[in-house]
Amino acid sequence: MVSLLDIIGPVMVGPSSSHTAGACRIGLFARGLVDGNPERAKVELHGSFARTGTGHGTDRAIVGGLLGFYPDDERLRASLDLAAAAGLEVSFANVRLRGEHHPNTARITLWRGSQEVAVTGSSLGAGRILVTAIDGFPVEVTGAFPTLVFVAQDVPGIVAGVSTALARQGDNIATMRVSRRQKGGEAIHIYELDQAISAPALEAIRALPAVRMIRAIPRIA
Amino acid sequence: MFESLGDAVERAEALAISLGELALRTEVEEGLRTREEVEAALARALEVMRNAVERGLPGDLRSVSGLVGGDAARLTHPVGPLAGTVFTDVIASALAVQEVNAAMGVIVAAPTAGGAGVLPGVLLGLAKHRSTTDADLIRALATAGLVGAVVAVRASLSGAEGGCQAETGAAAGMAAAAGIELLGGTPTEAAHAVALTMQGTLGLVCDPLGGLVEVPCVYRNATGGAMALAGIEMSLAGVRFPIPVDEVIDTMGEIGRSMDVRYRETAGGGLAATPTGRRLAKERLVQLKGKGGNQRPQQ
Repeated sequence: MVSLLDIIGPVMVGPSSSHTAGACRIGLFARGLVDGNPERAKVELHGSFARTGTGHGTDRAIVGGLLGFYPDDERLRASLDLAAAAGLEVSFANVRLRGEHHPNTARITLWRGSQEVAVTGSSLGAGRILVTAIDGFPVEVTGAFPTLVFVAQDVPGIVAGVSTALARQGDNIATMRVSRRQKGGEAIHIYELDQAISAPALEAIRALPAVRMIRAIPRIA
Repeated sequence: MFESLGDAVERAEALAISLGELALRTEVEEGLRTREEVEAALARALEVMRNAVERGLPGDLRSVSGLVGGDAARLTHPVGPLAGTVFTDVIASALAVQEVNAAMGVIVAAPTAGGAGVLPGVLLGLAKHRSTTDADLIRALATAGLVGAVVAVRASLSGAEGGCQAETGAAAGMAAAAGIELLGGTPTEAAHAVALTMQGTLGLVCDPLGGLVEVPCVYRNATGGAMALAGIEMSLAGVRFPIPVDEVIDTMGEIGRSMDVRYRETAGGGLAATPTGRRLAKERLVQLKGKGGNQRPQQ
């Protein structure tokens, strides 16, 4: 269903909804996975992002997202300078990612303290994004919902534990997806929720023995 | 929202309300937001549009590549035969917004960032010469949204899919209907204004130099505004386009689907592929790479 506000909007920093607003959202999502300002970022641009990204401000938009700026924040324009001031060291490379990817795709690797995470995301047009990989796990996340992401041992009962923890706090699940690289290894769990996850539910899931890394990412679209 | 502008016009006339009022009621009935929320979002869009025109008119902005900027300011002192009329105010405002967009300023994508100058250009240009309230302008934005929603479903709003006819062309159609709403015209007049405007943008290709939203996009927003004014003027004078507006919109979609990929935002054809277009793009992109290299801390 098309809404009036899909047509008259979004309010955004120019010049391109796919190369600027969408790129910023990929950065914002990646930032959510390290839960704050990263210290180092490697940004790899693929396809049209690599060819015209600099002129469209894709580099600045991604870095702005990494700093927590939304697509309508004028600080996007100065984000490369602001990154240096915030202690974020960024490197860029134009690459050809292996496999099938949307023409507007970036792979971002972030380091913060002991954390390291790699995210691949595509900008689909009109500012919409799709995150397609996190740390090598294939995923499909839009950022249009508050999103719970965690990595856990691939053992039975995790989903039951999570849904119990969420239901106890009245947190409703919009979509969920579990994917793994191999049987019995680790699996990534993605839950898109109707509202931001409540703190007690987050703590209860964090306390599940099989859960390794867990992040609650705010709605970014 | 509606999938046929013809149906929307019929419904609005049956209820004896404007297309903008119908759009606002329909948005609320579809249950995503309250009337207050929709109006507040459109009021914010209006404020951003006003700020973008104001930010762009002084002419001190340059685009990221340096290819565009400062032309809106020239139109603040027009010397041609239309100086001082709605016409020059519309094209000055459209240029201003699109120059702000190219310089990474804040705009409202309406329907897209590349076509963001047309609607504020037409509405705020008209408003300068009429006494209008914010409520009138908000209803006009809703009218534009309704038209854009129909185009999104029946054709396309993406230059990569349908060429520039789907971006500045669609924006011009939206602006024509919005202009009729602002001037107190009927839903039928709005529909004919859309048809009369979009018949003139059919086939328009998307051929930006270097793939950047700069040349010709900035200027095409101004000519898009001019097309909308022509549609508005003809419709208010009683001109009725013989092909129904939904069929004009379908035609835009059909032309877009059969348009060669060179003319769909790839910089492979049109003005982008001219000798000068290629040279400018190359010079500017080389310059950008040099500039970027200095700014980026290396590992």
